[in-house]
Amino acid sequence: MKPVRVLLPVGFGLNCEEETAQAFRMVGAEVDLVHLTDLFARRHPRRIADYQVLAMVGGFAYGDHVAGGLVLATRIRAHLKEDLAAFLAGGGRVLGICNGFQTLTRLGLLPGPEAGAPDFTPRATLASNERLGYRDAWVRVAPDPRTPCVWTRGLAAVDLPSRHGEGRFVAASDEALRRLDANGQLPLRYVDAAGKIALSWPENPNGSALGVAGVCDATGRILGLMPHPDAFLYPWHHPDWPRRRAEVEAREPGGLAIFRAGVEGA
Amino acid sequence: MPSVTRIEVGTRPGFTDSLGASVARRVREHLGLAPRGVRTRDVFLVEADLSAAEAEAVAREFAGPVVRQGAVGRLDDGPFDVAVSVGYKAGVTDPVAKSARVAIEDLLGRPLGEAAHVSTSRLYLLDGVSEVEAGRIARALLANEVIERVGVQSYAQWKGSPPDLAVPRVAEHGSRPVETVGLELPDDRLVSLSRDRLLALSLEEMRTLRDFYRKAGEDPVRRAAGLGAAPTDVELECLAQTWSEHCKHKIMNATLTYREDGRAPEEIRSIFKQYIRGTTEAVDEAVKAREGKSWLVSVFHDNAGVIEATPRHHLVYKVETHNSPSALDPYGGAITGIVGVNRDPFGTGMGADLLANTWGYCFGPPEWKQELPPGLLHPRRIRDGVHAGVIDGGNQSGIPYGRGWEFFDERFLGKPLVYCGTVGRMPVTIAGEPGEVKHARPGDRIVMVGGRIGKDGIHGATFSSAELTEESPVQAVQIGDPITQKMMFDFLLEARERGLYSAITDNGAGGLSSSVGEMAKQPGGARLDLARAPLKYQGLAPWEILVSEAQERMTLAVRPEKLAALLELARLREVEATDLGAFTSEPHFHVQFAGKTVALIPMAFLHDGDPEMRIDAEWKTPVRAPFFTSPAPAVAEGNALLASFLSRDNLRSAELLERTYDHEVKGLTVVKPWIGAHRDVPADAAVFMVAHDGGHVGYALSEAVFPTYSDEDAHAMAQAGVDLTVRRVVAAGARIDRIALLDNYCWPDPLPGAKNPDAAHKAAQLVRASRGLSEICRAYGTPLISGKDSMKNDAVVGGRRISIPPTLLASAIAVVRDVRRAVTLEAGAPGELLYAVGETGDELGCTEYAASRGDAGGAVPRCRPEAWLPRYERVAAAIADGLVSAAHAPGRGGFARSLFLLARAAGLGLSVDLARAPVTGSPGWEALLFSESAGRFLLAVRPERAAELEARLSGLPVARIGAYDGGGRLAIALGDRKLVDDPVETLTRAWKREGVRS
Repeated sequence: MKPVRVLLPVGFGLNCEEETAQAFRMVGAEVDLVHLTDLFARRHPRRIADYQVLAMVGGFAYGDHVAGGLVLATRIRAHLKEDLAAFLAGGGRVLGICNGFQTLTRLGLLPGPEAGAPDFTPRATLASNERLGYRDAWVRVAPDPRTPCVWTRGLAAVDLPSRHGEGRFVAASDEALRRLDANGQLPLRYVDAAGKIALSWPENPNGSALGVAGVCDATGRILGLMPHPDAFLYPWHHPDWPRRRAEVEAREPGGLAIFRAGVEGA
Repeated sequence: MPSVTRIEVGTRPGFTDSLGASVARRVREHLGLAPRGVRTRDVFLVEADLSAAEAEAVAREFAGPVVRQGAVGRLDDGPFDVAVSVGYKAGVTDPVAKSARVAIEDLLGRPLGEAAHVSTSRLYLLDGVSEVEAGRIARALLANEVIERVGVQSYAQWKGSPPDLAVPRVAEHGSRPVETVGLELPDDRLVSLSRDRLLALSLEEMRTLRDFYRKAGEDPVRRAAGLGAAPTDVELECLAQTWSEHCKHKIMNATLTYREDGRAPEEIRSIFKQYIRGTTEAVDEAVKAREGKSWLVSVFHDNAGVIEATPRHHLVYKVETHNSPSALDPYGGAITGIVGVNRDPFGTGMGADLLANTWGYCFGPPEWKQELPPGLLHPRRIRDGVHAGVIDGGNQSGIPYGRGWEFFDERFLGKPLVYCGTVGRMPVTIAGEPGEVKHARPGDRIVMVGGRIGKDGIHGATFSSAELTEESPVQAVQIGDPITQKMMFDFLLEARERGLYSAITDNGAGGLSSSVGEMAKQPGGARLDLARAPLKYQGLAPWEILVSEAQERMTLAVRPEKLAALLELARLREVEATDLGAFTSEPHFHVQFAGKTVALIPMAFLHDGDPEMRIDAEWKTPVRAPFFTSPAPAVAEGNALLASFLSRDNLRSAELLERTYDHEVKGLTVVKPWIGAHRDVPADAAVFMVAHDGGHVGYALSEAVFPTYSDEDAHAMAQAGVDLTVRRVVAAGARIDRIALLDNYCWPDPLPGAKNPDAAHKAAQLVRASRGLSEICRAYGTPLISGKDSMKNDAVVGGRRISIPPTLLASAIAVVRDVRRAVTLEAGAPGELLYAVGETGDELGCTEYAASRGDAGGAVPRCRPEAWLPRYERVAAAIADGLVSAAHAPGRGGFARSLFLLARAAGLGLSVDLARAPVTGSPGWEALLFSESAGRFLLAVRPERAAELEARLSGLPVARIGAYDGGGRLAIALGDRKLVDDPVETLTRAWKREGVRS
């Protein structure tokens, strides 16, 4: 079988390319790291549509200046809108992590329209955390079993680090949030130790309603999430590893499981 | 000038304004005022002739949907009491504005043009405070007037005046001429010339310059270039930078006359050569004799030290300080410190990928209530600003931190210490050549890459070489812009892989004068034209262009045939790169401006012309009183004593704050800064993988610092730091034969002066610390691969001199053979046994306990490195063989803090009998609990491995002192007598100061 091809744009202050590329390679994909300026100017020999997966990695594109993801989203809309539309029309999958999720949200790809082709219209926002400021701490997220999302298929609850200052998901209205929930477009939720949806800090790091940690589009092919699956690729990434090595090593690292689900069948 | 459009973005009513809420909370906590509410606005002034439709589009885009709203002009959503506006002064780096401009251009689909300008500010709309109170809030909390403008308006004033459209722009002058500076002056005029021009040169150095130029006036080469017997201002400033203490380390290279307790004087020719380089050479010789080859790749001659790690990767490490700028502008000084030290590994050899940051700060007490001398910022403000700066610098650069620490003492009120370090990974081979070798040749082009040059950071190097006063220059402050630097690094890594440059170095202290001047040593000389340098604004004099320390710049040597490819790649990546001239084989540092020579300095004079410094050092061994002991407490008192001890500034938990630093970006982190069952106990050392494709080889980082030990003897201070940092990486599972150290000296001024009566004592402390450092490094076989010194950590304010205690930071980087064998201080299960290795002595002098008691007596902890190395080797071997489940090196706070941390990390109960601990002398209960005796480990072991561990450590001072249990209490006894018996949870609340305002 031909390996799944992943396009991983870099530059402008994105910074999680090394571990995200490693994650995709660990699950058998082939990854091209391409500078955004080469995509903007069509200098890269392949189009986006030549790939099965687009990975929007974490980082601080343009320093999160003005708002997280804003400057990069503005640039992508100006230079790559048609290429992206063609890629998505062909069934391409997208994973946006942290800053990548913010960028996809600003681009209007998440949560996207209820039906039809992406229209690049922002409908929701990732606002400042309720408790102001950036924080690096591990959280637990659990999938919503009703979701059409391809990236969380077969996933159990996973522990991942949360590392952001702007991650509070706010939909256009309460009604819009209810519809997203009903459509299974809120595939990942922060949960507490007992597995219950977490609404308060620190289990819910940003104060998102319904404990939303990740959002997908109506097709389930585009996923954005705030916690970092790219930061749990080896057992020793897990904070419990020093004390409970055997137990942690017995399971597939939770971050890797998300990459595996997304690459399978792509 | 194009017309100005004002755009305001704020939170829509009904949604939480998180920033406003946070400001309101800080106003309540720190200023005791009670605002009813705070709303915030981000303000953009766009000077670019936007049409009305374009302005609306920008406001809409910046606001986004749902939570925020934008408006052109003023965003008016109802009354408030006072508006406070805070924006940068003209010429201060405004990174947000730079990004905003990019977004506006892509949104509108057109470039804004050369004349356009974007600036940002912030508006705080306060309710429930008066104008006077608002002014206080602005100055004490929201703004730093060194770099920012503050405006305060009542609602009526705000409503009655048009929106503020004043753009902060540096007034642009025409080009400024080069001047010559006559040096044929009497001594007092030479001294005042040095002072008035901020040259920071001594009389002897000024005389050396005068004598040199007297002769140089007759040099035909100089005359042919149109220069005479007086230096140009370009030459004078260039020499002052190059000869500054900051760049030249004159004190560490001086000849010292050292007298000890009235004995015959000794002469020390260069502390650096004798105690630092000499130590490393001796250690390296021993390694070569033992192993047949060295594992040191590059030490002392480049921007950072380089050691071997894997067959494909070297490790690079450098730690710097950025003290003076952080005292004036904590945020700007600190962010510049971290992004500045990033450039050191990046500018080492052919360049290193950046892996991890480290930081450490010495501050005045954050809750300082007493009067503060005028001109000093409150230590809490310095602390908040420094953290914020290093957080932004590290996080935005995508570099995790591995180690961070803080130390508090009143003597850091005058000058805080801000240490920042960066670890890099250098490919063994880069573009077919050894990664550590750079080679600038005659004919290579001089290319400056990155940010533009402005007046920011002029005289930074000379400024930090002088004491801080009320009149310290504001232009010495820069603000780092991590995103500009990140984009430059991304570009340079591509250029590196394609072999487009042949040498690289960073532009830090001294700007181009240092980077080009240093690089020119290899080819012989350099000729550059300052008129080609890209400027932030017009009106800089040529000397300012040469010495500006404007940030985010690297200097490259580029072969002429590769220049076009390099410049083209830079253009594609939206990074500025400029050809400034060429390296030459002529022995001159030759600077031109628009083709006219403005400086022609012989390279030999530039680098070796400064006179050698001589320093007197005199040591009188202090007589210390014994420690005033107190009777052993009943258990309730013991519990209270431990709880209050753990809550001290120097021991308490800082987890909440430190989690605002990213510690796991790049996915290479193995042992995180915060560990344990509750993920809140500081690790002894950080452990990282070297690379995703580097097998399981990793490295460990640790550090230690004991400033107060200098109160008795800087020799003990230096050795305690080295000993603890070594024990920490050993406890983490590092190879004991692959520990490299970095030395960072921060000293009070050891040079005599009218206001510095005890200079000879400070110089003697420098000698004693360096001897201590050398002895212990030779004993442990730990080479010093890099270091830095900062020698003017004094502040004279309001007629008072505040000097820091002599402080040597020892930082370790050690190779870990297999990260899967890394150990932390977390025991795994009830029933595990706790062993103490190493003797506890009656060594309470200068410890945290002594500070808590206000006791200036007692013996300071001393090291016996020759005796201890075999002990450490056996502990390291036991850890490497997987015999222990947890390991810990006790440090500040002694066993008292260590036992608490062990219990907390395990999430278990722990019972200990200190009467079993190995001792030297006859320590009482206080010493057993609080002594900071060096050379000790605490090891946890599963019961079934205990006998094996005991056998492995037999003959050492080792004893089983306790056991873990499934309860939740920490019980510490001395034989039959209980000293402490308290739930770990209770102690934790004290340690975290929960319920206590901070």
